[in-house]
Amino acid sequence: MDPSVRWDDGKSVRLRTTMALRTLLVIAALLTLCVACSRKTDDREVVTFWAMGYEGEVVAQLIPEFERQNPGIRVDLQQLPWLSAHEKLLTAFAGESLPDVSPIGNTWIPEFAALDALEPLDDEIAATPDFDVPDYFPGVWDSGLVDGKIYAVPWYVETRLPFYRTDLLAKAGIATPPRSWEEWRKAMQAVKREVGPERYAILLPLNEFEPLLSLAIQEPDPLLRDGGRYGNFRSAGFKHALGFYKELFDQKLAPVVTNNQISNVWDEFGKGFYSYYISGPWNIAKFKERLPAAQQDDWMTMPLPGPNGPGASLANGTSFVVFRQSRHKAAAWKLIHYLSLPQTQARFHELTGDLPPRRSPWQTPALANDPHAKAFREQLERAVPTPKVPEWERIAQEMRIIGEEVANGRMTVDQAAEEMDRRADRFLEKRRWMLDHAAKAGAP
Amino acid sequence: MKASTAGWLFAAPALTVIGLFFGLPVVAALALSLTDFDIYALADPGNLRFVGLGNYVGLLQNPLFWKSLGNTLYFVIVGVPLSVAMSLGAALLLHSKVGRLKPFFRTAYFAPVVTTVVAVAVIWRYLFHTRYGLVNWGLSALGIDAIDWLGDPRWAMPTIILFAVWKNFGYNMIIFLAGLQSIPEDLYEAARIDGANTWKQFRHVTLPMLGPVLLLVSILTMAGYFQLFAEPYVMTQGGPLESTKSVLYLMYEEGFKWWNLGNASAVAFLLFLLMVATTSGLLWFARRKGVE
Repeated sequence: MDPSVRWDDGKSVRLRTTMALRTLLVIAALLTLCVACSRKTDDREVVTFWAMGYEGEVVAQLIPEFERQNPGIRVDLQQLPWLSAHEKLLTAFAGESLPDVSPIGNTWIPEFAALDALEPLDDEIAATPDFDVPDYFPGVWDSGLVDGKIYAVPWYVETRLPFYRTDLLAKAGIATPPRSWEEWRKAMQAVKREVGPERYAILLPLNEFEPLLSLAIQEPDPLLRDGGRYGNFRSAGFKHALGFYKELFDQKLAPVVTNNQISNVWDEFGKGFYSYYISGPWNIAKFKERLPAAQQDDWMTMPLPGPNGPGASLANGTSFVVFRQSRHKAAAWKLIHYLSLPQTQARFHELTGDLPPRRSPWQTPALANDPHAKAFREQLERAVPTPKVPEWERIAQEMRIIGEEVANGRMTVDQAAEEMDRRADRFLEKRRWMLDHAAKAGAP
Repeated sequence: MKASTAGWLFAAPALTVIGLFFGLPVVAALALSLTDFDIYALADPGNLRFVGLGNYVGLLQNPLFWKSLGNTLYFVIVGVPLSVAMSLGAALLLHSKVGRLKPFFRTAYFAPVVTTVVAVAVIWRYLFHTRYGLVNWGLSALGIDAIDWLGDPRWAMPTIILFAVWKNFGYNMIIFLAGLQSIPEDLYEAARIDGANTWKQFRHVTLPMLGPVLLLVSILTMAGYFQLFAEPYVMTQGGPLESTKSVLYLMYEEGFKWWNLGNASAVAFLLFLLMVATTSGLLWFARRKGVE
């Protein structure tokens, strides 16, 4: 036998013995600890709280204070990545292992309400006198309302608006931010003349549906009609918005690109590859961090111009829901209540930069004195929820695909509107069947 | 006990496992593909409708399905021969007697196979960046205009093919290398005595002797390439203009993004039928050529 093998074996046996000993010791130590900890927590009510993404990490810092105020409750915080959150929630629903409370994407609320997975919160809100509903931005609050019942309480909000380069616009002779599409078009044309063929006036990433949707939602026509039974994309309003969108690409004011091709949106914004960039509030912190100090005075945010002055705006974000399967609904509500308090919300903004969905935290100096947040504050007053049908996300994705076709000049506005309606109607077929079914069952 | 009974008994454990973990899910998926299972049905089984072949008919009428099928076939028809040729070429180079630093090159060529597709995709996205990419920089030195590799619908699929071939050829190369090493040297010697040049030796000795390996590699590569998903998912998300959306990508979106599991199962079955048909076709061709 090869002596080296024997030597190795001897070593590994020794190693294994020490390892086993150590493992035993660790297990013993853990057991003692666990006995100690379980004795302490046995009588506390446990609220399971699933939170996603960065906010899920940060919210852990707010929990100890809640547990101090409510000695009878322990919060079991579990963090999930956003990417798999929707799937995990649906799987948990099917397996009856949902948490007690979770902040979910606003566009998921109608879906989980359709699944009958959510507990209405009307009674809890009515029984909590210091819960100030009118303090919330009306459109943001409305996203949690499905069929007249409150299923969700907003946690943080986002709306999309243009970030712009003040220096480049001043160079192009634009002194005040445009308010209407007409003014905005002229401003962008002026920028384009200034920067030349290699650079652009605006970035509308083709892999996002939000820019087009933000334009479309400003029109008075609803996006779906007949109680969400059919698409309403052939309306004059949607065609007008799509026409404006198409024009930006046709006139080479916007590059025909996705974010993949830009690689680094902050860097390119700093280089002046585009002067306007429609995006959400998280980019305030990003631009502060990514742009060099010398450029920090060269950018600002502005309310999104509308067809004739700013119109309705997108209200995305996340909202707390309590799941129907939960056996700790009262404790879950206490947690929602605590996390919705103006002072908690202000603290949460400090930690994350996320925007509060109610007005009072906006009076704290951190938010009131932030010039970049001002446009968001203004626009949130006009926020409206997207159509409340479970199929909405899919329709919005289809809007992105069609928008890309239009931007590439492969479809005219009329063709695109017709195709959008055709696809939306196909996705809504099951919903129509469900509604008819329910109507028949409801009227014997 | 009869010999056949004993045989069945010996095979029974394996058959049970296969039936339980392969047969049953397949049958369940087939059943699912005949319904319109979606989130409404998840909420209440009463909302489940039996639609017969409705999902299949719907798919065959869906332009996106045909588009993604076309993309997948494009990827397979160009990618598989390219990948096999690359692997064979690399294996021949490594097998050549005049080669130097063979262990180094063998490791280097195999390295892409063991790297993570996500990490590599980030690097490739930069390599193929329109304005800052190394590839366009090199092309501009040759006087060729910048190409929008991942943003132009005509170039996105070729880029994905290049990426996939680069990522995978090392694996087949190792198999080919083993095949080449098992060809007896006296065959080449005899061929040389008969006056065959290098090309003729390759054509009449190497290729026929590699026949079974070539068949195996082709089938494995084709089966793998039909299931194109990760590369477009990390590089282009199916864009631009759906030009890199594959059938499997469509299935993923239908099933896991939109939760239309009935539709997704139907896509899976259509892909399965297509793969069975092409693989059988390849086997039939090989049998006719006398390669088993």
